[in-house]
Amino acid sequence: MTEFFQSFGMPYEWAWTVATLAAIVVISLLVMLSVAMVIFVDRKVIAAVSLRRGPNVVGPFGLMQSFADGLKVFLQETIIPSAANKGIFLLAPIITFTVALAAWAVIPFDAGWVVADINVGLLYILAISSLGVYGVVMSGWASNSKYPFFSAMRAAAQMISYEVSIGFVLVCVVLWAGTFNMSGIVEAQRGHGLGIVNGFFFNLLLFPIFVVFFISALAETARAPFDLTEAESELVAGYQTEYSSMAFALFWLGEYANILLMCSLCTLLFFGGWLPPIDWAPLYIVPGIFWFLTKTFFFFLVFSWIWATVPRYRYDQLMRLGWKVFLPMSLVFVAAISGYLMAIGHFDRPAPDAPPIMEETEFVEAAPAVQGAERDPS
Amino acid sequence: MIQALAFYLFAGVVIASAVMVIMSRNPVHSVLWLILAFFNAAGLMVLVGAEFIAMLLVIVYVGAVAVLFLFVVMMLDIDFAAMRAGLVKNFPLGIAIALVLLAELLLGLGAYGAGGLELGTPDGAAMTNRPGVSNIEAIGALLYGRYIVLFEIAGIILLVAMIGAIVLTYRGTKPGSRSRQDVGKQIRRRPEEATVMKNPEYGKGVDL
Repeated sequence: MTEFFQSFGMPYEWAWTVATLAAIVVISLLVMLSVAMVIFVDRKVIAAVSLRRGPNVVGPFGLMQSFADGLKVFLQETIIPSAANKGIFLLAPIITFTVALAAWAVIPFDAGWVVADINVGLLYILAISSLGVYGVVMSGWASNSKYPFFSAMRAAAQMISYEVSIGFVLVCVVLWAGTFNMSGIVEAQRGHGLGIVNGFFFNLLLFPIFVVFFISALAETARAPFDLTEAESELVAGYQTEYSSMAFALFWLGEYANILLMCSLCTLLFFGGWLPPIDWAPLYIVPGIFWFLTKTFFFFLVFSWIWATVPRYRYDQLMRLGWKVFLPMSLVFVAAISGYLMAIGHFDRPAPDAPPIMEETEFVEAAPAVQGAERDPS
Repeated sequence: MIQALAFYLFAGVVIASAVMVIMSRNPVHSVLWLILAFFNAAGLMVLVGAEFIAMLLVIVYVGAVAVLFLFVVMMLDIDFAAMRAGLVKNFPLGIAIALVLLAELLLGLGAYGAGGLELGTPDGAAMTNRPGVSNIEAIGALLYGRYIVLFEIAGIILLVAMIGAIVLTYRGTKPGSRSRQDVGKQIRRRPEEATVMKNPEYGKGVDL
């Protein structure tokens, strides 16, 4: 896209900036649109499981329900509790929403379709998702209300606990893929299972790790059965109790954007991203984005299926699962997988060819060179 | 151009938020400003091409350390006005620390002006800037090759510190106390052991 803007006579730097901004806007809009549709799907699935009809009034099949809700919420009055810490109270939903969108910068939708094809893509996602705690904690504290504060404490402890095992799971994947680059990880899965199937999922050593990752993803996004942060029988509505109108909607959107992000991470890390499930030439005719979206949507269906069927955990059970089951298990698997890879000489071969890096990254990497040149004379 | 703009943005925000950390009256605000400072420092790291360090800064400091810090500050109901009252008493100590920091800064600047340290490689040759080697690979080669002993020592110190913290805070559970749970026992429990079907007659209670 940089060339497109350069053709208007812009210098390279500015063309790159404008192109990146345009890509950010497009991805944000698409994520928001899919969040709206996915909320509808979620409600439909839960309705189907509990033998109800679900939303079916607004638009054909009720498809416009989320947009109607969004409009309603948008037109409502924003109520700020008088005892609340006003600045932080308003900042918290903004942070939740921004952080949920920011992580999408390194998600490759197809070969080369990524805003920032950085070397540390997976670490970036870890970093951004660890920021998600702040929106929750700040909202709980700033509301100056007991229930939101309880919920915020629960959410923060839960997110930190499960981030640990997610980190170890990612280490296993990175060990096998040999790169932190998201596109590189997907490429490493090409023909992974006996040259027939694409994806780390079909690897016997990585499959248990996938299960750990999936359950941790449920806990990380505070979805059922780990939705203790908004356990309505105990905490009214969790950390968002005091919020109304758009501030509330931002929490809601951020939460679903995070869920979609976790689904797409499952796809990218274990199910071969944009690659077709079977490494068979005719399947490559289908555009990669179709495979990516299908797999992500499949994981979202599993998420809402679990929400509809599994009862909520008790908090001590949640902590026990995170610290006493998943953490030792993922540690053992890090040791086992690195041992196995050492034994078969996996690390002796050169790193997998990263896909052609888009022209965007060249500019980023040019920056240190320029500054290094300035430093030399001193 | 953009690099310069980004640099001044990040650097300016770091300094401004660092000032706000010590200026703000509410301790929670202070921690939040500190987080902003960390985050912008990570931005500066990205600008000099150390993206791995930047990510580690965000993951470790912003994602873990500052969250726990925020926890403590939020949970503790400290009277900060009373703590400020000791300002006069602690003034000489504060000045001393400030002077030490200033001296270190000046020393560091002087060393940088003199050309800085030459990074060496294991075979003694000066480190050349090898293109094509990513941050992670370069740091990994140093950390797990040349500095492996120091790395292991740091790991053991952290392990000892962790075990020490657990030992100091562990109170132990009395035998038979209700806070001790046997998860296996809980899972093995069947409805038949816990519930009884009764069909009492009208007007009569249940004799359990």
